[in-house]
Amino acid sequence: MTKAWDATSEHLLRELAPQVLGTVARRFHDFAAAEDAVQEAMIAAFTQWPQEGVPENPRGWLIQVACRRMTDQMRSEIARRERETAVAAETENLASLEIEADMDSDDTLILLFMCCHPGLTQSSAIALTLRAVGGLTAAEIGNAFLVPEATMAQRISRAKQTIKASGVPFRLPSPSERVERLPAVLHVLYLTFSEGYASSIGSHLQRLDLAREAIRLARNTKTLLPDSAEVAGLLALMLLTDARRAARTGPDEELIPLDKQDRTLWDRAEISEGIELLTATLAKGSVGLYQLQAAIAAVHDEAERAEDTDWPQILALYELLKRVSPGPMVTLNHAIAAAMVHGPANGLQLLRALDTDPRLASHYRLDGVRAHLLEKTGDYEAAIKHYRIAAARTTSIPERNYLMTQAARLAGD
Amino acid sequence: MKYILMMNTMKTGQGVPQWPQKDLRAHIAFMIGLNKDLHERGELVSAEGLSFPDQAKLVRAGKDGRPITDGVFPESKEFLAGFWIIDVDRPERAYDIAARISAAPGPGGAPLNMPIELRPIMSGPPQEMV
Repeated sequence: MTKAWDATSEHLLRELAPQVLGTVARRFHDFAAAEDAVQEAMIAAFTQWPQEGVPENPRGWLIQVACRRMTDQMRSEIARRERETAVAAETENLASLEIEADMDSDDTLILLFMCCHPGLTQSSAIALTLRAVGGLTAAEIGNAFLVPEATMAQRISRAKQTIKASGVPFRLPSPSERVERLPAVLHVLYLTFSEGYASSIGSHLQRLDLAREAIRLARNTKTLLPDSAEVAGLLALMLLTDARRAARTGPDEELIPLDKQDRTLWDRAEISEGIELLTATLAKGSVGLYQLQAAIAAVHDEAERAEDTDWPQILALYELLKRVSPGPMVTLNHAIAAAMVHGPANGLQLLRALDTDPRLASHYRLDGVRAHLLEKTGDYEAAIKHYRIAAARTTSIPERNYLMTQAARLAGD
Repeated sequence: MKYILMMNTMKTGQGVPQWPQKDLRAHIAFMIGLNKDLHERGELVSAEGLSFPDQAKLVRAGKDGRPITDGVFPESKEFLAGFWIIDVDRPERAYDIAARISAAPGPGGAPLNMPIELRPIMSGPPQEMV
């Protein structure tokens, strides 16, 4: 009994990928090899199912195919060793291996913690998470980051070797470990989302939508950790930011700042879902970094016109954020909010504290914000200078175009 | 973060380097090994070597918009010999790779210590603008 392949089938395969991987990795105690086997099973499904239909038990089908690959691989490995050292019997054990559908929803959670392993670099952790938890192929991930498929496959493969070498067992981290490592997991999901923000602009439209993938992963993570207010906060932040996507760029791919966006283009459904999520977490009492950022995004999203924005509330939220998660970027955004409430001179005053911060002193964002505030004070000459410095320092083309245009606008034609 | 590493080592009129076979082989092996290593680390986006300067043409549009090609142009002192586009986690890693290329073996196996120009590629995600 099969059902026809349709538009939902690909999504189903992606959803099943981490579950299948979890089951196979648990059974064989080898994450790296299991990951390869599941990829092969996924490829087999992608080639066979559109022709032959989706099997009645798609998860069981994938587990069976992946396990068969694993046993084949182990058999040939054993055969190779037997030629050298005559090890026997193991094949027997493998042959009797029954393919049970020992599904455990914790498996996906284990995978997520494993992929966001502290031993991995950020780019490796993102790639591995998209592959193992997101069910994406190396080609799709490579496309999202504009690197060749072979390069991405290597990156993923090295990440798996790092995990293997670290000897982490395939089990759920203890509750205290989980608390300790959750921020790293959330950070990986957040970085994936931010990267997607870039990939959804103009000429990159043909790239895989990483922001959507990050939202999907955050949604799954929320199902796995329903009691974590920060997971819900992160999902809310993503939704409340993504809601502005259509208004964020103009017809020529130019960036449109928040106060100039056509707010009728904002996605109301995403905004209400984000606000609902956020409200539910705030009822729980604890307030973390993502919830606060989501709350700030929500205040923006709730304003019908830019001039209706409740800046005093945003300022208060940034003050809280400065206490919960201090950092130069937070100080920078706090200065913008302060400028909106108390005037640009006050904002400029707060920016001075950042001039000596090595993490931000030569960062384009500091010059960009300073230029914006200087413009508001009427000091156009200084504003032009800082817009140009910022334009020279950014590594984003849409941003450089925006900043150069701001300088040109003030300089007059 | 992506970088381009440019090897500007060629001079106008310069042809194939006249090194002893052993040294030439060592240099070629070094470059192949480097690319293999960058690929295996998942850092190589692309790498290309360029033809020698005597193949270079300078093209400019004439007043009618049609192309005017120049042959070898003696005013250029340096020519791009090849480039790498890499995707790495930290700027320091890009500097290390550039230094490794710079020290590629030349005649007698001695490091060439050639200048490698490194530039960030505009690939960062844009932030929300105020």
